[in-house]
Amino acid sequence: MASIDISNIRKSYGIHPVLHGIDLEIKDGEFVVLVGPSGCGKSTLLRMIAGLEAVTDGEIRIAGKRVNDLAPKDRDIAMVFQSYALYPHMSVAKNMSYSLRLRKTAKEKIASVVASAAGKLGLDPLMERRPKALSGGQRQRVAMGRAIVREPKAFLFDEPLSNLDARLREQMRAEIKKLHQDLGATSIYVTHDQIEAMTLADRIVAMHGGIIQQVGSPLELYDNPANLFVAGFIGSPGMNFFEGRYMASGETANFALTGGMALPLGGTANLADGSRATLGIRPEHVALGAEGLDVLKATVDLVEPTGFGIIVHLKLGPVAFKAFTLDRRFLGMHGEVNVRLPVGNLHFFDEAGRKV
Amino acid sequence: MTGKRILSVVAHRLAILAYVAFALFPLYWLLKVSVTPNKLLYSEGIRMWPSQTSFEHFEFVLKHSDFPVFFKNSLIVSGSTAIIVTVLASLAGYAMSRFNFRGKYWIVTLMLLTQMFPLVMLVAPIFKILSPLGLTNSLTGLVIVYTAFNVPFATFLMQSFFDGIPKDLEEAAMIDGATQFVAFRQIILPLTLPGIAATLGFVFTAAWSELLFSLMLISGNDAATFPVGLLSFVSKFSVDFGQMMAAGVLALIPACLFFLLIQRYLVQGLTAGAVKG
Repeated sequence: MASIDISNIRKSYGIHPVLHGIDLEIKDGEFVVLVGPSGCGKSTLLRMIAGLEAVTDGEIRIAGKRVNDLAPKDRDIAMVFQSYALYPHMSVAKNMSYSLRLRKTAKEKIASVVASAAGKLGLDPLMERRPKALSGGQRQRVAMGRAIVREPKAFLFDEPLSNLDARLREQMRAEIKKLHQDLGATSIYVTHDQIEAMTLADRIVAMHGGIIQQVGSPLELYDNPANLFVAGFIGSPGMNFFEGRYMASGETANFALTGGMALPLGGTANLADGSRATLGIRPEHVALGAEGLDVLKATVDLVEPTGFGIIVHLKLGPVAFKAFTLDRRFLGMHGEVNVRLPVGNLHFFDEAGRKV
Repeated sequence: MTGKRILSVVAHRLAILAYVAFALFPLYWLLKVSVTPNKLLYSEGIRMWPSQTSFEHFEFVLKHSDFPVFFKNSLIVSGSTAIIVTVLASLAGYAMSRFNFRGKYWIVTLMLLTQMFPLVMLVAPIFKILSPLGLTNSLTGLVIVYTAFNVPFATFLMQSFFDGIPKDLEEAAMIDGATQFVAFRQIILPLTLPGIAATLGFVFTAAWSELLFSLMLISGNDAATFPVGLLSFVSKFSVDFGQMMAAGVLALIPACLFFLLIQRYLVQGLTAGAVKG
């Protein structure tokens, strides 16, 4: 196991920059998830750590050793691919032992290591099968088995669950987490699925446009997003945003929504009077059916029951937003409803999208 | 099954049968003439099978003609060409499929360009080039020429097979501890066996039946390949059809054996890429 240090990594394809100076320190045994929309550079970064993609500028260190110019085979890392990348002409056992055979490990050692990995992953009855005779979930397990037999310095996962159906994805997600708890291996996991990121990560690295937007624990990113991108990307249903103007008046302030309505804010925010800003609130923080002086009248547009809870699509004048509630009384709701946006749960973002 | 369906199945099978009969008829005629004794060849008129068969032509061809030499020469030339071309085309096709390098576009263009000229145009210049090198009238010269002409197409063929193999596989192998070359040899090549078989078969048959260059570059019987050798059964005044056909039947044997050997891979190869997985 080892730490991984990435300093000021850049990547360009020709004149097109893809990564603009990434700095990241991954501690020994940590599970870090790189998350972001497609094209944000997360897979490129992972492939650079693996040695499959050349580094344009900057430095990558694994266990303190600079690996920029090392071939993938000399970096001592294991990788699980989205496509599983199992060798079709080899049995499961041969697939799992390939790396050890390349390293000329003793036969008895290979047999015992492979058997123990197979046991951990429940692959024992499948060892002589070819990959094409396996289901998606089994293939995924073999790919993981191939990674763990070697006890590498770090595990890299490139969207390993994207090809599985929802139920299997949930199950494998839990298995990956359990495996990490058992092995305690340094892991870097790339996904575009924020649920996977939230559930698996010790730390999430949110990326967008080749730049790290925020690094932190899942709840830090959820409760305290650094900017509009992170606020909108993490969480499902996503955070509601209202654009408008911040109007200070002494000890209190109003938020004048674009469209005419004014939102009384209990206190003040760190914004200049009259400045344009975006106000964000998570759907579960929107209080439906509230009473009092500071309530707003919203129109119900659509009610979506998820079984677990209810997503209510609302409109405040022309501005659409969502509320999430566990209260089934709101299932048959229509017409107007009182809502309150509790001041403590509001997030403010300045014109540049930074949280204030 | 309804009557209509039976009828359509029967019609379908009959159509296939008719096509197969049409395609195989020349081969059948080759066989028929080869076993017809000389005295019956012109006297019996057109019959589907002679009233009497004999292997006299085969005996003559094998024992008293230069055919065994032609046969050996053809085997050497076609076999070497097939192997050399396949090795070169595998490596080149892999490079074309996996690497980006300067001049790749121009190399592809040049290779395509070589396929655009009728070969007849090139006979004289090739003779001019090979003659001072002492490569006319030699099997080596033929192998070189055949290799040169077959490599471009074989490279495109192999490239398409490599393109069909996901890049992830060799990346996985490289992370598992293989160099790019080891990944190529242990992971990619075994998966391209159908492509290799198809290329081998294609080049072997092309070289086996090539007449033009062999005719132009080879003059004596010592280095003649079998298509040229067949012409030796044509004399100034007559054509010895019986012996010529017997030689033709014998010449079919290695080609048939070769395809029998690789057909398992070939069928996969020709349909590869049609369906995923």
